[in-house]
Amino acid sequence: MVSVKNIFEAVLAFDKEKCVELVNRELDSGTDMNTILNEGLIGAMDEVGRLFSEGEFFVPEMLRSAQVMKAGLDVLKPRLSKMESAKKGTIVIGTVKGDLHDIGKNLVSMMLEGAGFEVIDLGVDVDAEKFISAAKEKNADIVGLSALLTTTMPAMETVVAAIREQGLRCKTMIGGAPVTDKFALKIGADGYSEDAAGAVETARRLISA
Amino acid sequence: MIVVGELINASRKAIGEAIEARDAGALKKVAKDQHEAGADYIDVNAGVFVGREAEYLQWLVEIVQEETGAPCCIDSPDPAAIEKALAVHGGAAMINSISLEKDRFNAMLPLISGTDNKIVALCMSDDGMPETAKDRVKIAGKLIDGLVRNNVPIENIYIDPLVQPLATNDSFGMEFLDAVEEIMTTFKGVHTICGLSNISYGLPERKFMNRLFAVMAIAKGLDGLIINPLDKQMMANLIAAEALAGRDDFCARYLQAYRAKKLEF
Repeated sequence: MVSVKNIFEAVLAFDKEKCVELVNRELDSGTDMNTILNEGLIGAMDEVGRLFSEGEFFVPEMLRSAQVMKAGLDVLKPRLSKMESAKKGTIVIGTVKGDLHDIGKNLVSMMLEGAGFEVIDLGVDVDAEKFISAAKEKNADIVGLSALLTTTMPAMETVVAAIREQGLRCKTMIGGAPVTDKFALKIGADGYSEDAAGAVETARRLISA
Repeated sequence: MIVVGELINASRKAIGEAIEARDAGALKKVAKDQHEAGADYIDVNAGVFVGREAEYLQWLVEIVQEETGAPCCIDSPDPAAIEKALAVHGGAAMINSISLEKDRFNAMLPLISGTDNKIVALCMSDDGMPETAKDRVKIAGKLIDGLVRNNVPIENIYIDPLVQPLATNDSFGMEFLDAVEEIMTTFKGVHTICGLSNISYGLPERKFMNRLFAVMAIAKGLDGLIINPLDKQMMANLIAAEALAGRDDFCARYLQAYRAKKLEF
């Protein structure tokens, strides 16, 4: 248990080797995988998100921690796949039709993965049909929409409306530089987030609601 | 060096509010300050007003030109909004922007083909955003070819190679800079232009990094910038960088700036 805390520290110190070594050691000594995952790896990424929101951590550091976290997660993955309890939820994400910007969306994807969600990233220029078929196929809990342009923001409304029309059970959340909570409310999206760290909180709130 | 003053952008809170309130006085002041600080073009952007963008853009062109007489950089992805703004614009405007995305290219082309207007051409295609210098140069080549064939003089083309955040990829600074160099040496007569703020996204002390990046890009041949001309340090950097890059005969502009106390902070 003491070294689960060390896993947490290794993620925050960007030490990939140490993280992998510690995860292996914990597994060998019989520590519960959920403890390693939730208190070690995901807990560390939550701390990274908090530090980022407070302006203590910056984007490159978020990326470094996420890479370390992922290396640790890769050790757990072969065993986790059998465990339903490890599942935090499934999120289909993409940049909407007509918009080719993906940097913000990629950061959000990364942080959602860091929080233990299964993330299906559809890429850029994704139309409503593609979002809906992926959401159905993956039985998604959330569909996440990104847009960087004021001209492509209306495409978010189209997707949100199409999801409603189809009667899918999934929630919707949106984000991107010109997007505001006011706009989310207006188009009937269930959630909005200003940045990648906030997206994790929003996703958790939507899934537990 | 062509400087486009970026401040009249409705996504900035104070500007958005001034536009909504039709506060011509406040907006004219921002235009005048930028012009006096050395902006060659005054950017006008009303993109956040979905549905009313064209009407606002036209009004912005009118008041900016009434106040400064300077040409505008009409900043919108919507050809219809640009057309409406161009209708009231005096002299040749700069249009921001066209790209290699097929629909956008075809829709914007009639606004510049056979005119004296300058065009900002984004290195973006239907295949997405370029990441390497090579991809950028390839798209730039196709853009220049497509525009020149359609009666746009190469001197009126301002290629924007697209600045991407260094925070997300260590090579994004150099890929951009190398693209500028390659574009400027391969396509004689063309210009390169960019905004800077993307480079420092996700990092602290952004102004500091933006100013340095501008200098590095000028050294590679960049000759247009979309910036805040009220940033005295930035403007001084541009003047010194152009002299250092060998583009200021007898250091005349540098000395002129010194005498006008533009190199003091």
